[in-house]
Amino acid sequence: MSIHLVRDDLRPPGPPARRHLLSIADLTRDDVERLLGTAHVFEGSLTRNVKKLPTLKGYLVVNLFYESSTRTSSSFELAAKRLSADTLTIKSAGSSVDKGESLKDTAVTIGAYDPDVIVMRHPQIGAPQLVARVTAAHVVNAGDGKHQHPTQALLDLYTLQQELGRLEGLHVAIVGDVLHSRVARSLVQAFDLVGIHCTLVGPPALLPRDLRAEATSDIRAIADADVVYVLRMQNERMEAGANYVPSLREYTERWGITPERLRPGQKVMHPGPMNRGVEIDPRVADSADSLVEAQVRSGLVVRMAVLYDVLTGGPIGVRNLAAAEVA
Amino acid sequence: MLSVKEQAGANVLFRAARVVDPVEGIDATLDVLVENGTIAALGEGLDAGDLRIVDAAGLVLAPAFVDPHVHLRTPGREDEETIASGTAAAAAGGYCAILAMPNTDPVVDSAATLGSLVEAARRDAQVAVGFLAAITRGQAGEELTEMGRLADAGAVGFTDDGRPVVSAGLLRRALQYASTTGRPLALHCEEPSLSRGGHVHEGAVAAELGFAAYPSIGESVMVERDVALASYEDEPVHLMHLSAAESVAALRRAREAGVRASGEVTPHHLVLTDEAVRTLDPNVKMNPPLRAERDRVALLDALRDGTIEAVATDHAPHARQEKDVPFEAAPFGVTGLETAFAVLYTELVEPGLLPLGTLLERMSAGPARIFGLERPRVAAGARADLVLLDLAGRTHVSEDGFRSLSANSWLLGRTLHGRVAMTLAAGAVAFDGTTVPA
Repeated sequence: MSIHLVRDDLRPPGPPARRHLLSIADLTRDDVERLLGTAHVFEGSLTRNVKKLPTLKGYLVVNLFYESSTRTSSSFELAAKRLSADTLTIKSAGSSVDKGESLKDTAVTIGAYDPDVIVMRHPQIGAPQLVARVTAAHVVNAGDGKHQHPTQALLDLYTLQQELGRLEGLHVAIVGDVLHSRVARSLVQAFDLVGIHCTLVGPPALLPRDLRAEATSDIRAIADADVVYVLRMQNERMEAGANYVPSLREYTERWGITPERLRPGQKVMHPGPMNRGVEIDPRVADSADSLVEAQVRSGLVVRMAVLYDVLTGGPIGVRNLAAAEVA
Repeated sequence: MLSVKEQAGANVLFRAARVVDPVEGIDATLDVLVENGTIAALGEGLDAGDLRIVDAAGLVLAPAFVDPHVHLRTPGREDEETIASGTAAAAAGGYCAILAMPNTDPVVDSAATLGSLVEAARRDAQVAVGFLAAITRGQAGEELTEMGRLADAGAVGFTDDGRPVVSAGLLRRALQYASTTGRPLALHCEEPSLSRGGHVHEGAVAAELGFAAYPSIGESVMVERDVALASYEDEPVHLMHLSAAESVAALRRAREAGVRASGEVTPHHLVLTDEAVRTLDPNVKMNPPLRAERDRVALLDALRDGTIEAVATDHAPHARQEKDVPFEAAPFGVTGLETAFAVLYTELVEPGLLPLGTLLERMSAGPARIFGLERPRVAAGARADLVLLDLAGRTHVSEDGFRSLSANSWLLGRTLHGRVAMTLAAGAVAFDGTTVPA
């Protein structure tokens, strides 16, 4: 018998599909390659004295952040500005959200300004989908609960491509609190799309049951990896008494990434913010093999590419257009 | 024990219906004469006199349904459901009797609260309503309610539905004491240290989407505990809204060992799996959660072989604004009274997975037996608790078609096969869709 997925039946026929970036699961390998290619074009523009491109002049990009964020919100804001879009940043603290306004009403209110893109971060899974449903904007997910953080995964792919020269055939070990990590969920799907071999490593209770990926609790499994991707121990997501691990000290002893656990030349990545001395040894964080700063730089150009992509509908003439504008 | 408003008994002749009553052993084309709310005769070529004649050729006439698990939201959330709206929805779904859960505001934990509900049902209920009272005061899981007084005031049984009785010792005391009232305990089986407020079944979907997960064993270890206590005390227990294959296995073992344990299953657990959660539609969020295909198959097998004796809707109305939020923020629960038969007919009976007679039994005689209620039946002399089903008809599920005050159905937009054409409850016509074009 058939299992009915309700959505197709549920949704009335809507306007033509708008381009969103809600989940890596919605992308094809071609989409990923196009986005990385666009990011590379934009990177070229940033070496010039005048770094601003007129590409998105007249467009309005709203950043709607219901969770604290430094690098994601700043890089989206800067990405929009580098492309000459108008930006409006709304944070939940000090807004009508504080007064108990529902997400739907906030979205409809912002929608009344006809934003072209809403970049949003929210602690609940599915929040960007709701906003996409009730506004006419293109929605870019900047993190929803433990679900997805697609631009982080894309910037990580871009970083790997730039730093290691290829994606296909690489082996990446993702180490730490996979259970609570939206970054890990997006990465697993993104790695699968581009042919990167991925191993998840962490304490048993922090590895989600039945996630379709290779997983082990043995830290020695990182030895074979080209890159060790370190996840933050997310204290704020650890419910009291959950006992995922007995103590952070013991976590560090058994799964912390130290110079002793790494091969020379083995690259290390981290989505930030880092807990130095917990999941990552400061010597590793500051070493020449750390790609953390490169990740942040990639974040800007990849988010420029994402904004460009959702608004212009894709690759057609991207190189020519961008090149002409740069010139 | 059940309450319903006084209504004139129906006078109607069902002409040439396919009468199906699996318990009475009837499946034949017959006329059924109802006079003053009582089935006066079954036969061929009955004389209608000047009574209303319903041409039932091609339609099924069966014992009306009994729902052992409904949330009427009254008192406290009358914006979501009232006794009048909930029983109207039940009638439209083919039910002649429903049992209401006590997790209202205030909780039904005193004879005074229960008495006011019974009175309201006598005024407003279009189908018979039985009320379950709480096992513990405020459903706080600490002190027993006054079960004797509650039984005297009309409680059909006791439950802390929505929550488990976490303390094994307290549940033992409840089993011991409830035995003096002759009313069963209905148990919500959930071990909170394992479910941990999870929103979605622990499996591939929760892992991929990142939801806090509620594993199958969070239910089944509680089922194991509860049947062990029931066995030790030799008292009956009814296990509500079972969702996991391990729970079914535990129930089956207990019954084979002679424990007086019964179970119920919802339409959504029989039809959907956690794959449906990928839509992020808050109308597929319920507790217990939708589980894996192996769980769904085990539930269906158990319903078929009688290990699970009852279909229960767990009709749980929620206001629009409370479901129009991200999945994680939405409350648990979906409506079901108005769609239960049609969806199970469409998904299970038509494809040949469940015989029609079995479905009719599990929706009527089964739940009535568990709670010691009078069994609806098609027999001369019986009160008319009947449902007329148009199997060739269609049920279009849309927001504006509900009699329930809430529309949080997982079937919105679907067209289902089978339609309830008429419901007689407590002898009166409670729903008449015979004039509505299919």
